[in-house]
Amino acid sequence: MTSTRAKLVTLAASVVVLGTLAAGYAVVSARSAPAPASAADRAVTLRPGPRLLAVTDRHVSTAALADPTGPRAVADRECLRVYAAAGTGVCLAPSSAWSYQVVVLDAELRPTRRLDVPGLPNRARVSASGRMVSWTTFVGGDSYTSSGFSTRTGFLDTRTGAAVTTLEDFAIRRDGRPYRSPDVNVWGVTFAGDDNTFYATLSTAGKRWLVRGDAAARTVTTVRENVECPSLSPDGTRIAFKEAVDADPAKGWRLSVLDLRTMRVTATAERASVDDQAAWLDGTTLAYTLRQDDGRPDVWSVPADGSGAPRMLLPGAESPSPLT
Amino acid sequence: MYLSTVSRPATDAPAGGRPRRRLAGVGGTVLALGTVSLITDVSAEMVTAVLPLYLVLGLNLSPLAFGVLDGVYTGATAVLRVVGGFVADRFRRRKLVAGAGYALSAVAKLGLLLAGRSVPAIGAVIAVDRLGKGIRTAPRDALITLATPPDALGRAFGVHRAMDGVGAFLGPLVAFAVLLAVGPDYDAVFVASFCVAALAVVVLVLFVRERPAPVGAAGGADERRVTVREAAGLLRDRPARRLVLAAALLGLATIGDGFVYLLLQRREDVGLRWFPLLAVGTSLAYLLLAGPLGALADRIGRLPVVVGGYGALFGTYLLLAGPVHGWPLLVLTLALYGLFYAATDGVLIALAGPVLPARVRTTGIALVQTGQALAYLLSSVLFGLAWQVWGPRAAVAVAALAVAVALLVSVFLLAPLTRRSSR
Repeated sequence: MTSTRAKLVTLAASVVVLGTLAAGYAVVSARSAPAPASAADRAVTLRPGPRLLAVTDRHVSTAALADPTGPRAVADRECLRVYAAAGTGVCLAPSSAWSYQVVVLDAELRPTRRLDVPGLPNRARVSASGRMVSWTTFVGGDSYTSSGFSTRTGFLDTRTGAAVTTLEDFAIRRDGRPYRSPDVNVWGVTFAGDDNTFYATLSTAGKRWLVRGDAAARTVTTVRENVECPSLSPDGTRIAFKEAVDADPAKGWRLSVLDLRTMRVTATAERASVDDQAAWLDGTTLAYTLRQDDGRPDVWSVPADGSGAPRMLLPGAESPSPLT
Repeated sequence: MYLSTVSRPATDAPAGGRPRRRLAGVGGTVLALGTVSLITDVSAEMVTAVLPLYLVLGLNLSPLAFGVLDGVYTGATAVLRVVGGFVADRFRRRKLVAGAGYALSAVAKLGLLLAGRSVPAIGAVIAVDRLGKGIRTAPRDALITLATPPDALGRAFGVHRAMDGVGAFLGPLVAFAVLLAVGPDYDAVFVASFCVAALAVVVLVLFVRERPAPVGAAGGADERRVTVREAAGLLRDRPARRLVLAAALLGLATIGDGFVYLLLQRREDVGLRWFPLLAVGTSLAYLLLAGPLGALADRIGRLPVVVGGYGALFGTYLLLAGPVHGWPLLVLTLALYGLFYAATDGVLIALAGPVLPARVRTTGIALVQTGQALAYLLSSVLFGLAWQVWGPRAAVAVAALAVAVALLVSVFLLAPLTRRSSR
């Protein structure tokens, strides 16, 4: 039938036009993508020193703290998040086009341990002694129409080799009572000096809590509401964190500091919304990532006591970590 | 290929004997709609597969802020689904309304490119996509019922849902193939997804035929336009009321995929990165079983197959609460869960279609599906509470009990309808 013929011709033409459009867009956008950063111009090590470790164009890099905008050493090693302490590093790295792993690094950036993790890199930390390595990933929802994102947080004891793949299995005490719920999510771990006590964020029933954890006892206990992405100060007395404005993450976060003795919260001078787990450069200064409108990152710093003003530390970089 | 057969009426019954059937025993319109669904699901699942990568790594957004609006969207699309069904009935343009739904979802893929890093804009785009899905489902299913003789509806829905499942299965593979070819360029995936979705609209426009309502549905009065009053009358119509009630009740006893996979993963300590494979296993069982179970429903009746399907759901929950461990638990649970979907998703609509008056059938199907969607929303909240109070194992045992009770009541509600309408 001619009408059938006409329909088949129309269909074939549509396939050609739409196929050309899809392929053409892919080719053009691939061509206009920026060239990858030139890697390995200078040696990068994680040995303690007055340098700032960060991710530059998805690669591990260091810059002198005294002159952060000066020449930067960029390594071959690709990481989306990086952190280091006492010569031990953690790197959340791609293992294929869509999967990621936690890579533990020695001071010369050689991998000493690899763990496959589900989901997409979010946070990474190493305890001050270099012993405890922790991470958080985002795990996507099962379907486009149910936007259920969740987090997976785990840690590794580099001395014993024991790994916890999800903190959601830990026993929870909320306001002094045992608590359980299928919607529990944990993210943003920071370990204390004893390498057993840790702090993290626990979210459930639409609220977010600071929890204090005990790695050996496998427990977490709520401490205070509306504290996310805690970062313990070097002396262990204060926690830098992001505080949701009006307790509503949709309104953004204010970078703040909680004094664990008085439980008083001091907002820093940074007015922009900070969606990061801050790093302590020393006992008085915080470093964190801010993103420009197009998503490009810069590392900024601000005094922890609420004084002063934020200043840009490292343009075009993210995931800052002092090398202590 | 179905293409050679679709231009002729599918339900023509040659004089004497059984009605002639096309490839796989279903009509051309059903195969055309199945093809549209297959292509659309490839497009939708392409986006599903890369959306987390895009939000987290492409845009560096914190995706936890997205879940908040979920309930609002579900409620809004539920209402609009019924409105879409009514418009399709009133103007007898089911194909047009379904097509508008498919087109809306296609455009939403391009919307992702324009939304940039704005969280509200991305939320709006996802809402438009869902709206498209919401308004197209009921007219599409109504088209299937209107193009198929009542005694072949089970098979027709079975074939349609199997084709749908194949698309959902292929989507992520296509998306990852695009990423392998062009690198981490999510925009290219969205443009490709749009092109695929647009192709589905072309197939719908060219090959899906909408016939006038079957003769004998309402006789000469059929020329009147469906009024709001007539559509609302569905809720006073006893069979329709029983259908909606049963669908909502059964929906209330269904705890949702997320919970099933979470329970399975916790029971078996499935390596977390293999977690997505649980859904793959279920959909594989679903697409393999949907066709045969649909055909079975035509032979032994739709209600027995639906009952069997909820029996499989009951078994799934018992397994999750019970003592079986290891690979047997994993394989058995996923197979039963896929069986549940294959025996209920299309078959329930095949059961509902002939019971609903042809003039307001799209509205009726929309009501059934909306009742189910709202019940799912409520059941996931209730199951979350049960988990908090009793713990996961006890909560799923209670869910199994709820399935049994809902099933008994539903059989009581539905048995009189099927006795009257089928066979």
